[in-house]
Amino acid sequence: MEDLIPLTPQLWTAVGETLYIVGLSLLFGGIGGLLIGLGLYTTRSGALLANRAVFGILNVLVNIFRPIPFIIFLAAAQPLARSVTGSGIGNNAIIFTLSLAAAFGISRIVEQNLLTVQPGVIEAARSVGAGRRRIILTILIPEALGPLILGYTYIFVALVDMSAVAGYVGGGGLGNFAIQYGYRQFNPVVTWAAVAVIIVLVQLVQFLGNQTARKVLRR
Amino acid sequence: MALISLRNVSKTYPPARRGEPPVTALQDISLEIEAGEIFGIIGYSGAGKSTLVRLINGLEASTGGEITVDGRAVSGVPERKLKSLRLDIGMIFQQFNLFNSKTVRSNIAYPLRVAGRSKDEITARTNELLAFVGLTDKAGSYPEQLSGGQKQRVGIARALAASPKILLADEATSALDPETTQEVLALLRRVNRELGITIVVITHEMEVIKDLATRVAVMDAGRIVEQGGVFEVFSNPREESSRRFVSTVVRGIPSAEEVRTLRSRHEGRMVTLSFRDGHSSQAAVFLELAAAGVGFELVYGGINDISGRAFGHLTLALKGADQAIDGALAAVGHGIKVTELG
Repeated sequence: MEDLIPLTPQLWTAVGETLYIVGLSLLFGGIGGLLIGLGLYTTRSGALLANRAVFGILNVLVNIFRPIPFIIFLAAAQPLARSVTGSGIGNNAIIFTLSLAAAFGISRIVEQNLLTVQPGVIEAARSVGAGRRRIILTILIPEALGPLILGYTYIFVALVDMSAVAGYVGGGGLGNFAIQYGYRQFNPVVTWAAVAVIIVLVQLVQFLGNQTARKVLRR
Repeated sequence: MALISLRNVSKTYPPARRGEPPVTALQDISLEIEAGEIFGIIGYSGAGKSTLVRLINGLEASTGGEITVDGRAVSGVPERKLKSLRLDIGMIFQQFNLFNSKTVRSNIAYPLRVAGRSKDEITARTNELLAFVGLTDKAGSYPEQLSGGQKQRVGIARALAASPKILLADEATSALDPETTQEVLALLRRVNRELGITIVVITHEMEVIKDLATRVAVMDAGRIVEQGGVFEVFSNPREESSRRFVSTVVRGIPSAEEVRTLRSRHEGRMVTLSFRDGHSSQAAVFLELAAAGVGFELVYGGINDISGRAFGHLTLALKGADQAIDGALAAVGHGIKVTELG
């Protein structure tokens, strides 16, 4: 325990870094995933922008990228991360790779949640003359908002998990903290401290997500 | 020119699998719906009536023939050019299809936002509509807090928001209980009478047609098999499927099976007399039978009031000499159809 107290500043820095990595990844990956998810939903046959070719390409793309284990994806995407962020290692590189991986994962969650919206509701909007963009923004997304918030909460938790791998490519955060000061120093208490902080963080975010979703769903 | 006109309209869907023939949903549909009327379209599920009504506001595209609404072509027009037409055609649905994420007021306001009306206009118009459908106190409620009848009233208010000329009702009462159905039908009659809106009603319930429509088209397997005034179709259905629908609300000539049941309880000859208004009265028939010394008992049937006109089928068990009965029936036969039951 006495080993942990002098590490407190490092622990706080690690928490900050994890939040920074996960927050930005959720933002970029979230936007990317929303766009790909909307693309999948709107181009499937019978939908607003039905287009077999676009749907097929998006579908295959998502199926290729989504199942790759993140640690392998991280290594494979390193050249790309380097050319985009200027470095293959560090927080920004991992945010790039994490966002990319998250976007494909989120796209399926978005697609699934949008599919729960009754087609009749979309038809009702079409019947009063609403255009496609208006329907997507004012009907489709608001109607699916509750489950979408829960989906994004789930992704936040998954991103905390994935971000722990960041330590392997020189990124910071709680994963790196646990490896560097706990595992490598043979100090399980430090590792457990990192675990405890992650648990608190995840609980907090899940609680906030549930509350917001409940408010939106009014139940 | 008719407000809604369909000429030789057809609709086929591409086959589900390559190599199979295309699926025909509608074939050679011709309809003229006049401004101000309530036009009913009845058929069993799968007859194509839902597809037909969606051709009118372009939710589905026809694959043949010509559709015009209020002088504007609908067939072959791309979706983005249908906005002004759709603002002129309201639509209500079996499952109401309300926006669950929006309050009652926002649901009703939605078409007005699409139409680009100002905030003040939207507030004034939604207040007017809330009062018209009797839901002023529910303005801030969400759809899940409403009963089925209230949901459909919101649906009607939303459909009327942009002051359309036409209202399409797709099985609008099929998800409602009988009492609520009457409530919604009464509201639709008000929409027609007070606002002068032409209504196209799609249903599989003959009761709805009987209570609401002025003219009716009967659909079967993607075709219109019979159309005409509601009184004409009810009192004298020509096609088999029309007869089946009419029999759900009108007791006509008893079927062979029903005749057997009647025979087990009643003696003597059995005849069905079919009346239509303006021809001959029941009183005259009964007098004639009594004068000939024929005993009679009413065993089956009834008189119906449709669009304010009466018709009906009365089945009588007759007791008396054959000659007396023949004489009496021949005397009343004028204007009344007599069917001898075996």
